[in-house]
Amino acid sequence: MSGHAVPADISGHMLDLDEDDDLDVFSKNTCLTDEGPVPNSPSSMVNQYRLEDDEEQQDANAKDLFISVDDPESHITAIETYIMYRVVTKTTRSDFDSSEFEVRRRYQDFLWLRSKLEESHPTLIVHPLPEKFVMKGMVERFNDDFIETRRKALQRFLSRISEHPVLSHSQHFKVFLTAQDLAPHKKQGSGFLSRMGETMRAVANSVRGVKDRPEEFEVLQDYVENFSSKISSVDKVTQRIIKEQREYLDELRQYSSTYAQWAGSEENLSEPLKGVASCAERCCKETEERIQHLSEVLVPALHEYVLCAETLKAVMRRRDNIQAEFEAKSDALASRRSDLDALQDEVDELADRMDKSNSALHVDWSRWRNAMRTDLKAAFTSTAEKNVEYYEKCLAVWESFLVSQRGESISQRD
Amino acid sequence: MMAENGKDEAAASDGESADGSASLTVERRDSNLLRRMEICVAEAEKRSGKNAISMQETFTVYLIETRPADAAAEGRVQPPESVWRRYSEFELLRAYLILTYPFYVVPPLPEKRAEFVWHKLSADNMDPDFVERRRIGLENFLLHVASHPGLSNDKILSHFLTEENCWKEAVYETGFQDKADSRMRAFGATFRVRSPQKCFIDMKQYSEELQCHTSQLLRARARVADRVYAVYKVHGNYGRVFSEWSGVEKVMGDGLQSAGHHMDSYAASIEEILEEEEHYADQLKEYLCYAEALRAVCRKHELTQFELETASQDLISKKQQRDELATGMVRTFSFKGVTNKLFGQEAPEQREARLSMLDELIADAEDSVRAKAAECEEHVQKAWADILRFKEEKDKDLREALLNYAAIQINMCKKGIQVWSNTRESFQKM
Repeated sequence: MSGHAVPADISGHMLDLDEDDDLDVFSKNTCLTDEGPVPNSPSSMVNQYRLEDDEEQQDANAKDLFISVDDPESHITAIETYIMYRVVTKTTRSDFDSSEFEVRRRYQDFLWLRSKLEESHPTLIVHPLPEKFVMKGMVERFNDDFIETRRKALQRFLSRISEHPVLSHSQHFKVFLTAQDLAPHKKQGSGFLSRMGETMRAVANSVRGVKDRPEEFEVLQDYVENFSSKISSVDKVTQRIIKEQREYLDELRQYSSTYAQWAGSEENLSEPLKGVASCAERCCKETEERIQHLSEVLVPALHEYVLCAETLKAVMRRRDNIQAEFEAKSDALASRRSDLDALQDEVDELADRMDKSNSALHVDWSRWRNAMRTDLKAAFTSTAEKNVEYYEKCLAVWESFLVSQRGESISQRD
Repeated sequence: MMAENGKDEAAASDGESADGSASLTVERRDSNLLRRMEICVAEAEKRSGKNAISMQETFTVYLIETRPADAAAEGRVQPPESVWRRYSEFELLRAYLILTYPFYVVPPLPEKRAEFVWHKLSADNMDPDFVERRRIGLENFLLHVASHPGLSNDKILSHFLTEENCWKEAVYETGFQDKADSRMRAFGATFRVRSPQKCFIDMKQYSEELQCHTSQLLRARARVADRVYAVYKVHGNYGRVFSEWSGVEKVMGDGLQSAGHHMDSYAASIEEILEEEEHYADQLKEYLCYAEALRAVCRKHELTQFELETASQDLISKKQQRDELATGMVRTFSFKGVTNKLFGQEAPEQREARLSMLDELIADAEDSVRAKAAECEEHVQKAWADILRFKEEKDKDLREALLNYAAIQINMCKKGIQVWSNTRESFQKM
């Protein structure tokens, strides 16, 4: 890539790689690279997106891409240690050479894929990856729990992409799933300079700001800010609950053993004391499971959506930038006398691009919202269910103790 | 005496003793105060007054109501006699009973200050929950004392229950405080008893273990209470956040809102549960105090035994002295023996005088030994009977307490099931 001559106007053809050339209609149409020929008119775009209103239905019926991530393996080299995951793809799609693929990928590869997807589709909501660095509370990067948590999140990521009507047809995605060696592909594509160009433009635009966000996106901006703050709070509360539950568990264990110790110096009381000790011990076990469930079900779900919130913010920013660019050029057009034709073309292109970006976001937004509702509803419901189960089990334990004691006292009286 | 304790454990209704506020009429075989009258501690009130050093203070007084038992039986509605007493007067009564009847395991009072407090629980003696629990504890104390075969007939006790005036004077007039000295000795002294009864030694050991275990349990329970309180309260934060979040969501709003409400009520529910547990803690504290009373009785046995041994030893040595004087044979080293050798034997008149003095001393010592032996024997008999009675009562009471604790846990679980089922339903509406 670095071998190519870089045109002075880098806003030009860098991303003209058209990885998406030979893919099907949807993706080609919605390939919203920063600059580049956009073949269809906006109106036909809208039509296409209307069809996708039934996307959920379609997805459910037509899921043709199944991906799993497993078998983490440690790789140790002179300079670093990393984990390679096995990615297995099964598909019935015709544009895939085979129906089954198996490749090895590391976290960095996932990062590459995601950044490519975001580049190609700046106003689509690309599912987040698990965080790069260890979070608080984890001991080391290669701790088993950490690897397992990460593996699940990576699988979820690929699964989400595969369900996305647009992203799943990305060439980068296909390459990620199928190429034995990802390295040559990683070297292609937009390089440092074009990325820098993008960033510069983005900065320039954000300084300028958007004049008038369409109402729909004003609402969306508000929502994103609120959602982000609320989901973070829920995440924090959940972490705190886990912490308090752990401390409760420790004290309960100690408490249970004081009953057992006392039983040692009693005769008639020994049995009921041991009974209470064992009930408390059993409740400890149930508490442990309760904590584990929180850690395995609710925390990852919340965490993902905390990351989603950041993604949403970035998407909103990029959308704003696209609008800002258009506005800037429009202004330029309005104030210039010469070279009107060329400017007009540019403005038209930018207008087109803006409309397409907005539409893409509009559709993807409603898709995301449904997914979010489904995911969080499932996680919350499962948590509530687990809590009911916890109390039911503890209830059974104490009730059976009571019954056994009362039964005894009745027989004693007899 | 020994037979008493068996019959005394009457068919007193299980569980009724836990309900302090209702007055309790219990059938007891032997002649007990409770057979003749109903007793309850009905109310508590704040008073202000000047204390011993003329400073204003606020304190709580408790109303003791008594009614002849046969009145209720005959269907007569008779207004009760009532007496107001404060906690310090109860303490005085108990101190009197302990010193006057050192062979009985005297029932304990509720704690003077809130102990084993978990941090949200008030340690304030004026706190209404504390006062209420103390009222129940004081009533339990009176009921236990009034149904104790040995204690219930005490005059000072009936005076305490029925006549507010001059009670303190009457107590001090008994001179019970004189016995306080020997009591202090019993607690502080490290004396070696040559032949204590093994059963008392074992029982003392047991009392120490009981004290240790109940206090460990109370401490651990308070820590658990602290933790469980925190867990419930943190869920209240869900309530707040869900509520705020629901304002931003269209489809999910209702579900989130109602889930938030359930989380709020979950968080609030812990207060009541832990208050119930305090009553269980009180039951344990009662036996923590009982353990100490038990230990005191065992120590008293050791003391009386020791005093008997000392008196016997004293008698023996006096007799020996007399023998030596009479026979002139010096079997033991004595200063007199040495001076005799050095300066010759004393005159017969002097010897006679000393002999008769020794005889008197011996007679006194024999009386002393007899008295001590009788005291010892009385103590052993009465104490052991009471200890057996106490054991049975302890097993019954503590077993009830444990079942009560299980019932509290069951209640907590049921509430938990309800709240989380409701919450689950709310989430399903999201």
